[in-house]
Amino acid sequence: MGVFILRRAGVMLLTALCLTFIVFWLTNLQPNLEKLAKTQGNMRMTDAQVASWLDERGYNRNVLVKYGEWLGVLPGHVSTGRDGETRARCADGGAVTAETATFCGVLQGDWGYSTVFRDEVARILGERGWQTAKLMFFVMLVMVPGALVIGVLAGMNEGSRTDRSLSTVSILSTATPEYVSGVVFIAVFATAAFNMQWFKGTATSAMDNITFENFTLPVLTVALYGMGYIARMTRAAMTEVMTAQYIRTARLKGVGFRSIVLRHALRNALIAPFTVIMLQFPWLLNGVVIVETLFNYKGFGWTLVQAAGNNDIELLLGVSVVSVFVVLATQLISDIGYVFLNPRIRMS
Amino acid sequence: MDSLTWLGALAPFFGPAFGIGAAALGLALVVQFIAGVFAPHHKPQTRDDGTLRQRADIFGRLDRLPGLIFAGLVALMLAFAGISLVVGHESGGIMGGMIQRFLPVWIALIATFGLSIRFKRRLGLYGKLFDSTIGMIGFGLVMFWVFTALFVGLFDLIGTHDPLAQVSGLKNAPPGVPVPADEAAFPTYLLGGDNLARDIFSRMVEGSVVVMMIAPLATLFAFMVGITLGLPAGYYGGTLDTVLSFAANLILAFPVILLFYLLVTPEIIATGLPTFMAMVLFVFPLVFLGVLIHARFRNRAGQSRAILALVLGPLVLLYLSVVNQAGTPVDFWPLDFFDIPGGILVVFVAVVFVNSPTVFRIVRGLTLDIKTRDYVAAAQTRGERPWYIMLWEILPNARGPLIVDFCLRIGYTTILLGTLGFFGLGLPPESPDWGSTINEGRKLLMIYAHPALPPALALLSLVLGLNLMADGLREESLKD
Repeated sequence: MGVFILRRAGVMLLTALCLTFIVFWLTNLQPNLEKLAKTQGNMRMTDAQVASWLDERGYNRNVLVKYGEWLGVLPGHVSTGRDGETRARCADGGAVTAETATFCGVLQGDWGYSTVFRDEVARILGERGWQTAKLMFFVMLVMVPGALVIGVLAGMNEGSRTDRSLSTVSILSTATPEYVSGVVFIAVFATAAFNMQWFKGTATSAMDNITFENFTLPVLTVALYGMGYIARMTRAAMTEVMTAQYIRTARLKGVGFRSIVLRHALRNALIAPFTVIMLQFPWLLNGVVIVETLFNYKGFGWTLVQAAGNNDIELLLGVSVVSVFVVLATQLISDIGYVFLNPRIRMS
Repeated sequence: MDSLTWLGALAPFFGPAFGIGAAALGLALVVQFIAGVFAPHHKPQTRDDGTLRQRADIFGRLDRLPGLIFAGLVALMLAFAGISLVVGHESGGIMGGMIQRFLPVWIALIATFGLSIRFKRRLGLYGKLFDSTIGMIGFGLVMFWVFTALFVGLFDLIGTHDPLAQVSGLKNAPPGVPVPADEAAFPTYLLGGDNLARDIFSRMVEGSVVVMMIAPLATLFAFMVGITLGLPAGYYGGTLDTVLSFAANLILAFPVILLFYLLVTPEIIATGLPTFMAMVLFVFPLVFLGVLIHARFRNRAGQSRAILALVLGPLVLLYLSVVNQAGTPVDFWPLDFFDIPGGILVVFVAVVFVNSPTVFRIVRGLTLDIKTRDYVAAAQTRGERPWYIMLWEILPNARGPLIVDFCLRIGYTTILLGTLGFFGLGLPPESPDWGSTINEGRKLLMIYAHPALPPALALLSLVLGLNLMADGLREESLKD
């Protein structure tokens, strides 16, 4: 088990390195840098000015060197520009003093400086991540029990009317991407068009103060898309369990249907959905980006859009590190959890 | 001229009728569902002639009630549709007008269904689709949009106005608003005007062309890539498998939207990166077809070369014309027949790129399973080459799950295209595709809800149709 986790951790680290390098390389392509210079400096800069702006800030160097600096394995860039001012990567745009560190990368705990929000990346990620964590918490609270109940109800009696209607509902929910359900929800429940103005169409106020009125629609929108998929997986697991030998034995023994479902079948049927729920996290991340943009809820996904739209390199890298970490960690947890839940599988 | 209402002159009868029907159906479904959860277990009993006896108690009656109401509602809708086809928007209102505009689609749908059901026993898996209600509903929804795209794209039939034409005064106009007589042939904006005073109905049907052009083809390409890489990864295993699986997991670990933002921005397009990716990704169909043909006809060298030249020759020319775009870094080929219009190639590449790792994983998993079968061992003993075994022994036997996944994946690709449009990436902003129109509409959603809803519901119905169809196919293929 220990070796397995170590090996997985190694693969995770390698994946994270590759991914961040790809993001780093793409954001550091010349046209992107020129756009960055123009948005940060001045839209009417000449080509020569752009070149010197990038030069002074150390953008015009080998991408591997810059990546090393971001990681913190190479000393940060220091240079004196044509205007006589000394700029250092580690000074975050401020004056260079004797205390300015030589190394300032992720390894030193310095996630860099966001050019859009003019703030430390670590602080932005913390704040925005907390907002998204709140959203995710409520989404899980709605999605997981809902999906499990639908799946178990549908799967305990395969082929029945209940099964067919619930399966159709779950197909409908997987066919509704967040930007469709969100738009429909807002149009129906937040505008005057249908006379059902029960909720708010924006969740900006939910950042400080979550109420039923401003948080229902975003949570429902994210939860709905994932719910159908988990429900279908639960249904599949449940139908499989219900045809197992030991269930038949219990039936022949004269155990009541309710007791068979709750006592005998449920535990074994919930192993597969656990994995699926864990693997849903990457998808949820997508949903979160769409919903936060649609409802103007300034969380992690909203930050991703802002960072990507403005080529805010270090913020974008921070965002990708966090999201990649979430994806890989949930994969690991799902593998380990699967072993604990299912005693028939042993790690070799 | 007055604005149209939803049901026009037919409203006094059909309005209440639809309302009561829908409410009764909803109520019956809820009652049936609740009763179904608490109903005692029922063992179906057969009559002497072998048919199933209907359940006689109250639960049986509750079970049949929604079906009856639904049939009544369908009959009502058919009556409304029949009348509307004759009277059109003049007395059928907005709904009547739309039903009449879709006339060619209805004819094509009826013809398709009639022929398919008539000959369903001779049509293999496709015919079996017509044994399942869910499958038929899904197929109907999908074909509705396929025919719409065909008639709009090829014959310019269904749309009422030019999707880019603006009529002053109709900015954000509500559905059914009359168009000034001298402006256009058709007297109303059936679903109202959008933020730039364009006809929403025409843009919605025009949007289906964009989706139908990109989604199935992109899915097909993703399958070619996934199959060409997944088969050897699963069959050979070892280092090849490790490397390819790592790469696939790497792409899958990216949040899709981040990847889109990194690949589909004007700055990245300027570097030519998407075109280079197109060069790589579009080679796979050629490789796939080449190996497929060569593996089959290897022992008949002359025939093999002839077929290869016949198939690959035009495809290579096509490939070069697609990849070669004037004004981009990839501009070396003199015989460039056509350029793909702005943004479509980039969007296409991004969607293929995102989809292929998942297909790769599915194909790899299926190959790992199938290669342990006896017929593969038999082929190996016969001395068949690895690629023959992969493409002509393993692949045909993996077709069931792959066909089902293909349907699902077209739906997922449609969702991805919508996502791109929703963030305003790739396609030009005036493009009528559903994602972009939803994006346009959502900006003023709180004030004017009507522009965003039609494309959203159109996208929903298409994806729903694909998912239902996949479900029907899965069920029918499991019955064997």
